[in-house]
Amino acid sequence: MTTEMTGAKMVIQALKDQGVDTVFGYPGGAVLPIYDEIFQQNEIRHILVRHEQGAVHAAEGYARSTGKPGVALVTSGPGATNAVTGLTDALLDSIPIVVLTGQVPTFMIGSDAFQEADTVGITRPCTKHNWLVKETDALAQTLHEAFHVATAGRPGPVLIDIPKDVQFATGTYQAPKPAASHYQPEVKGDLEEITELVAAIEKAERPVFYTGGGVINSGPAASQLLRELVDATGIPITSTLMGLGAYPASGENWLGMLGMHGLYEANLAMHGCDLMINIGARFDDRITGRLDAFSPNSTKAHIDIDPSSINKVIRVDIPIVGDVGHVLEDMLKVWKARGRKTNAPALAKWHEEIATWRKVNCLAYTTSEETIKPQYALQRLEALTKDRDRYITTEVGQHQMWAAQYLGFEDPNRWMTSGGLGTMGYGFPASIGAQIAHPDSLVINVAGEASWLMNMQEMGTAAQYRLPVKQFILNNERLGMVRQWQELLHGERYSHSWSESLPDFVKLAEAFGAKGILVSDPKDLDDAIMEMLNYEGPVLFDCLVEKHENCFPMIPSGKAHNEMLLGEADTQGVIQAGGAVLV
Amino acid sequence: MSALHIKKGSTRHSAYNLRPTFSDVQERHTIAVLVENEPGVLARVIGLFSGRGYNIESLTVAEVDHTGHLSRITIVTNGTPQVIEQIKAQLGRIVPVHEVHDLTVEGPSVERELAIIKVVGEGEKRVEALRLADIFRANVVDSTLNSFVFEITGAPDKIDAFADLMRPLGLSELARTGVAALLRGD
Ligand SMILES: Cc1ncc(C[n+]2csc(CCOP(=O)(O)OP(=O)(O)O)c2C)c(N)n1
Ligand SMILES: [Mg+2]
Repeated sequence: MTTEMTGAKMVIQALKDQGVDTVFGYPGGAVLPIYDEIFQQNEIRHILVRHEQGAVHAAEGYARSTGKPGVALVTSGPGATNAVTGLTDALLDSIPIVVLTGQVPTFMIGSDAFQEADTVGITRPCTKHNWLVKETDALAQTLHEAFHVATAGRPGPVLIDIPKDVQFATGTYQAPKPAASHYQPEVKGDLEEITELVAAIEKAERPVFYTGGGVINSGPAASQLLRELVDATGIPITSTLMGLGAYPASGENWLGMLGMHGLYEANLAMHGCDLMINIGARFDDRITGRLDAFSPNSTKAHIDIDPSSINKVIRVDIPIVGDVGHVLEDMLKVWKARGRKTNAPALAKWHEEIATWRKVNCLAYTTSEETIKPQYALQRLEALTKDRDRYITTEVGQHQMWAAQYLGFEDPNRWMTSGGLGTMGYGFPASIGAQIAHPDSLVINVAGEASWLMNMQEMGTAAQYRLPVKQFILNNERLGMVRQWQELLHGERYSHSWSESLPDFVKLAEAFGAKGILVSDPKDLDDAIMEMLNYEGPVLFDCLVEKHENCFPMIPSGKAHNEMLLGEADTQGVIQAGGAVLV
Repeated sequence: MSALHIKKGSTRHSAYNLRPTFSDVQERHTIAVLVENEPGVLARVIGLFSGRGYNIESLTVAEVDHTGHLSRITIVTNGTPQVIEQIKAQLGRIVPVHEVHDLTVEGPSVERELAIIKVVGEGEKRVEALRLADIFRANVVDSTLNSFVFEITGAPDKIDAFADLMRPLGLSELARTGVAALLRGD
């Protein structure tokens, strides 16, 4: 199909042809023609955010909770620069989003025109790819290519910069053509390597699956195959922050999250394994700790769709480049064809060893009758919501790590947190994106008071669209994670890690026409949570928690997995050189 | 020569087929990158090198296939085997990059560079400059009574050697193109 239409109309047509139903955006001079087209149609819903960063994080929340690309539309200059944090966030977490920016007309580019910014220049390092479209005739193709690039291979953010004259001019619209792009990353893994990995699994005495966001990104089928493989082989499995939910938290081989604030048993399994099977994770420094002491005696296999992830930080023995879903399917086939073998006696011993680590009960904490412990608040939230159709987002800080530790995820795409960039202010707009995509589900943003304030303007969006998002703020009146590092590593000099002059969150909620709930007594917590859940609109839940709680377990930066701190008692030596050594 | 082993049948985006030892040895590699000739593509490649802290010894770029809209970027870089492997993998994931070839691994290859060198001097020095230019097969492309401009092509070390010889003889300006390289044979 080819038709003549304006560039602005093409944008809408291409979005429709790409199956887009929602755009998160904020208007301005350089995108007015596109907004004019949005006004004249009803198929695509536009959600007016209150800040462009919010638009991009909302698009991320939409993408992560649906598996479909999220779309944001912003104006030139400040609109585009406000989108940069969201783009970088999506780049580091491999989230498929398409961001459309307006630009000054082509004949004014380079003249420092009003609201001109070199958007493709600024966003080149923080997008998977970007385009400045200078001719209306090239616009449709570019839009289709953008959706392809955002979703094919390792997903990521893309940006299309559209000058205003290109939006006004008329050109020829082209419908999407399959396989039009030269960009076609390999999805099938090398069978020789897959067979080598299966052979290693058959012999391994202490194997462990180490999975990441790549499993989620590969789609629900990949999670299904992972569950089949894990449960058929009986190999224990841990996951990064990004991969939670791919294997169910209630599954019998589940070790819990690994890494800097990961579980004792998960980290020790990584340290002591003889075969590590990395599926869609990337040996991030929050995971590996000290590199030269990282899992010293294991054969390492790595399945990743991005060749550059392999051998980037950790040298692996069995590299498999391919899409997780495809590779797992082949692995299962090969493993079954070779007779479904595992080293069962050794595996049983391995599980016993893991069980002794589990007994340490690393998530235990000192309870209190007077103050709400943040861990307790999350345990109660979990107990009262785990059977619901639930989506969780988080901000960044201690509360984020506690949420990862104390909430259980049974399915993929239910957990959205800023992992790679660690963006405070991510969670609230992401919860809006997830709620828009799942209007009837329960969407909770587990927040810290400081992070939450970074994008609090989105209360306006939540109120306008009557989005029943629950903002569950663990209010410690501290930049808790910063305070924790200052306590452990900077001689308890708490430089600017107080949340001064906090607003009255209940009044703040009410000022936006939302509901505010304040709770400070552990005895009132359950009722307060139920009140939040039963309210049919946005809720700002101000949960006053213990102010000086630290997040454990913790592997201090630059330490190995077996040098984990389990609680306050272990922290003494940290400031001195050697550090508190466990095990 | 190289600690990298390339598996049979792998040329394109082939870094994952390599089994490097994470050694500290610095290696010099010549990498040819075939890219879509679209705006910004050179900035992407250069931004990758500066953003990730890789070295560029030389970089040349020109369109090589007008109808196919392809340019060839030749990069001479150095780094440990692991860094070289990363460079190739990172280049390979840039969307408009079609092919990445490590000519140092896939070789042998021919490397050529062109330089234009101005030498200012009189008397004995002038005669000596001309005599050496003859030995190096450099052409005189401009001359005045007290200067020559030589044009010389060759591998980069030949140009280095010639420039070193010209320095005491009055070298005043030097312009080099950077390396262009191709695999030998078919
Ligand atoms: C945009 C941004 N700025 C700064 C930081 C550094 N940082 C990490 S955690 C943190 C404190 C977060 O405080 P809060 O949201 O209250 O969470 P808490 O740790 O108290 O649970 C800060 C400042 C960051 N991650 N993101
Ligand atoms: Mg806080």
